[in-house]
Amino acid sequence: MEYFLTEEQKTIKSLARKIAEERILPVRAELDEKEEFPWAIMKDLADADMFRVFVPKEYEGLGYGCLELCLVVEELSRICSGVAVSYAASALGSFILIDYGSEEQKRKYLPDIASGKKLTAFALSEPTAGSDAAAIKTTAEKVEGGYVLNGTKQFITNGGEAEIYTVIALTDKTRGARGASAFIVEKDTPGFSFGKKEKKMGIRASATRELIFRNCLVPEENLIGKLGMGFLMTMRLLDRSRPGIGAQALGIAQGALEAAVDYAQQRIQFGHPLISQPVVQDMLAEMAIQVEAARALVYAAARTVDSGARNFTEASAMAKVFASDTAMKVTTDAVQICGGAGYMKDYPVEKMMRDAKITQIYEGANQVLRNAIAVELRKRKARTE
Amino acid sequence: MNIIVCLKQVPATTEVKVDPQTNTIIREGIKSIINPLDSYALEEGVRLKERCGGKVTAISMGPPQAEEALREAISLGADEAVLICDKAFAGADTWATAYTLAAAIGKLGQYDIVICGRQTLDGDTGQVGPQLAEMLGVAFIAYVSKIEEVAPQRLRVRRMVEEGYEVIEAALPAVITVVKEINVPRLPSLRGLARAKSAAIPVWTAGELGLDPKLVGLSGSFTRVIKVFSPQRTCRGEVLQGELEGQVECLVSRLKDAGVI
Amino acid sequence: MEGESYRGIWVFAEQRQGKLKDVAYELLAKGRELASALKTEISAVCLGYGIDEVDKLIAHGADKVYLVDSPELADSQEDLYTHELVKLIREHKPEIVLAGATAFGRAVIPRVAAILKTGLTADCTGLDIDADKRLLLQTKPAFGGNVMAVITCPAGRPQMATVRPRVFKKNPPDGTRKGEIVKVDFDREGVTSRTRLLQFVEDITERIRIEEADIIVAGGRGLGDGKNFDMLWELASVLGAAVAASRPAVDEGWVPYSHQVGQTGKTVCPKLYIAVGISGAVQHLVGMQTSDIIVAINDDPNAPIFEVATYGIVGDLFKVVPMLIDKLKNR
Repeated sequence: MEYFLTEEQKTIKSLARKIAEERILPVRAELDEKEEFPWAIMKDLADADMFRVFVPKEYEGLGYGCLELCLVVEELSRICSGVAVSYAASALGSFILIDYGSEEQKRKYLPDIASGKKLTAFALSEPTAGSDAAAIKTTAEKVEGGYVLNGTKQFITNGGEAEIYTVIALTDKTRGARGASAFIVEKDTPGFSFGKKEKKMGIRASATRELIFRNCLVPEENLIGKLGMGFLMTMRLLDRSRPGIGAQALGIAQGALEAAVDYAQQRIQFGHPLISQPVVQDMLAEMAIQVEAARALVYAAARTVDSGARNFTEASAMAKVFASDTAMKVTTDAVQICGGAGYMKDYPVEKMMRDAKITQIYEGANQVLRNAIAVELRKRKARTE
Repeated sequence: MNIIVCLKQVPATTEVKVDPQTNTIIREGIKSIINPLDSYALEEGVRLKERCGGKVTAISMGPPQAEEALREAISLGADEAVLICDKAFAGADTWATAYTLAAAIGKLGQYDIVICGRQTLDGDTGQVGPQLAEMLGVAFIAYVSKIEEVAPQRLRVRRMVEEGYEVIEAALPAVITVVKEINVPRLPSLRGLARAKSAAIPVWTAGELGLDPKLVGLSGSFTRVIKVFSPQRTCRGEVLQGELEGQVECLVSRLKDAGVI
Repeated sequence: MEGESYRGIWVFAEQRQGKLKDVAYELLAKGRELASALKTEISAVCLGYGIDEVDKLIAHGADKVYLVDSPELADSQEDLYTHELVKLIREHKPEIVLAGATAFGRAVIPRVAAILKTGLTADCTGLDIDADKRLLLQTKPAFGGNVMAVITCPAGRPQMATVRPRVFKKNPPDGTRKGEIVKVDFDREGVTSRTRLLQFVEDITERIRIEEADIIVAGGRGLGDGKNFDMLWELASVLGAAVAASRPAVDEGWVPYSHQVGQTGKTVCPKLYIAVGISGAVQHLVGMQTSDIIVAINDDPNAPIFEVATYGIVGDLFKVVPMLIDKLKNR
């Protein structure tokens, strides 16, 4: 379908596809099997300027928006979403810095992020705080010259691999949601260490770890934005990044659809290719419709973010929820179409099915996001009454 | 360093057919690419620049559409590119090609190293590199698998030979041809693609190179292709039949009878 | 025309560290046929230092050997070889010069042709004579062997061609043949080498050099994994064979490049070539199709390798190869 992408957007998409097909495809099964962080591919992405996509021009980036980032994530995910999320997490870890960081902070960190020399990670979740982000317990206590961090962050994508972490911690426990702030913590800061690397169902090429802060002194100048603004910044950040999760899910679904069509065309049963069976045709058609609808929604949400709209909570939640549910359904059906072969690790669809699941869970579980959409509906209704 | 990389645009596949009527190769509908081994040459040129500073100029002799290959070279790290293009250059053999490239390199001015791929996918000769070196009157090293060191006026490389490899030192300027073991070519970058899109690629004709049309292209070539054909293969053997075990036994006895084992 | 003063066929007899390469004998065998068609004589030209058994060139068919044996030529400095070859060719005016398409030959011979302003055809797989026009008809593969071209050099002299080792077969040596060895002093006038050999490192991964092996066991993509080559090494050791590979197997990193047979690898011509899990892309076939006996083991009955195979077994190589090893051990 025609999405009226600009020449530049088409270039970005096709280069991301080239990297995915030439560099990721040959190693994706191995990365999945070994749970190995894809450093070589991060280097390829860096060389191709992919980390510059989301960094402003003033800081050696290319200054593109949410849609361009989504195009890259979609194409990488079409081949391996474990790799894609490692890339996307570096964007996530940079957004608060890009939007709220001081000139000095941006000058110090963004050029290395843009060149791909340093990866970033965003650290919010804790053992007691998943969807209920306000339940975080990590504290940042003001001391002479900075803040002392104590606490544990859980399930942090790029944990251990990234050099730069944006960490949300409570600076004033008494103020609840108004009591959290965002900090830049560099990897080798004393008192900052990593817990075990998680073993995951899917996106196994990506690294997921605990971050442990024990009396970790972070200098004053590493506070991002204003004190107490941590949650507001976080909510805005997640609204902005959710179309990216949608793009990830979209890419997975696209990859699974293509694999299913390939298989259905090759596989002969009862003397005919599977694809000539009406029941299979029906499944494939449904998958294709879902994928295209997800694409339309993800691109539209990304464009809404890029339009400068004040509120895009609803748009980005819709894109994320729909695309991730689509990914789960389409990958499950792809495994079904590929039958016994699809269940085996020699075929890519079982990996895609495992990878799809997380997109319904992270950056806001779909149930929580549906709730948020409903809240927006009620608010709107209330305004018109 | 001034680094020159010679590229050729070739069909993307070697799976070509010969038109039985005209005895020519059917090129229609086949996508063109940078000759794969030339992309290793380009990568090595760009790495050399990243190591020692300087400039990479990509040159290609070919039809107007070879400009695409040069734009791609810019997206992959070349700083400048020149297309050497003239109807008079058509049908050149390796001598006439090397002669024309040498004239273009002469026009580019001072250079330190010229890097070429070992051979092309289509012509498969591997002769342009050494002939170019001879016409430029500089040192030549073929089959380079690693550039070990570059110093002013001097180059130390590994060169593959049948029995292993040799470490060779050469005076600069020099022409080298590279093998695919030398590196892994990078993919284009977004900034490179943007530069490639807007880059001005000058076109140099025989006139601009001051070349006598009689010495270039087909008229400057010593060789003539008198016939082109698809190789014929006839089935000369037998596919053994029966149980697998019996087939293997049969094979062993045939080989014994033939006296090869 | 000027070509009329050029007579005779020359073979550039390449040596390495004083030892002549087989390709010289192969070219002498083919050259003799061409010389008969042209009713002319054939000479070998050999440059180097401390070259052994030069008279073998005569036993293999040379009427005359031009020998330049000088310590200055010990390290195969291409600048010096180019210079000396050009000088000798200008002096003696052969009408045809043949050389091996070896790493050395492919570097030096094009330069000689460039200086002499004459045509050169690379990697010929067939050579013939048009006796009326005294033209060398050179057949060479292009596009990875998918296309063959016949090339002539009507005006330039000598007509020059390189030929890959093992494309032609050498004749058995005839110790009774008579010939003349002409010793030539190296002409150091006006030439210095711009390159210098610092070190030679032998490739030790090649346990038996595939070009010289009588039996080759070759594996391709069908092996599925590098460790499955162990099975081929075992088969090879039972047969006293060398192990080779097709390009996909080399690209996968299962076997070093020095073992690659085909268009971008080596050309081989053993008595027995056993292709295991090799589909037989034309790029591979050009490197091995002149082998005396070709055995193909592949589970795809439509694989092109069966078109050149003397004996084919359609079946699972993981069953066939162990059976074959077993039968050969108990033979």
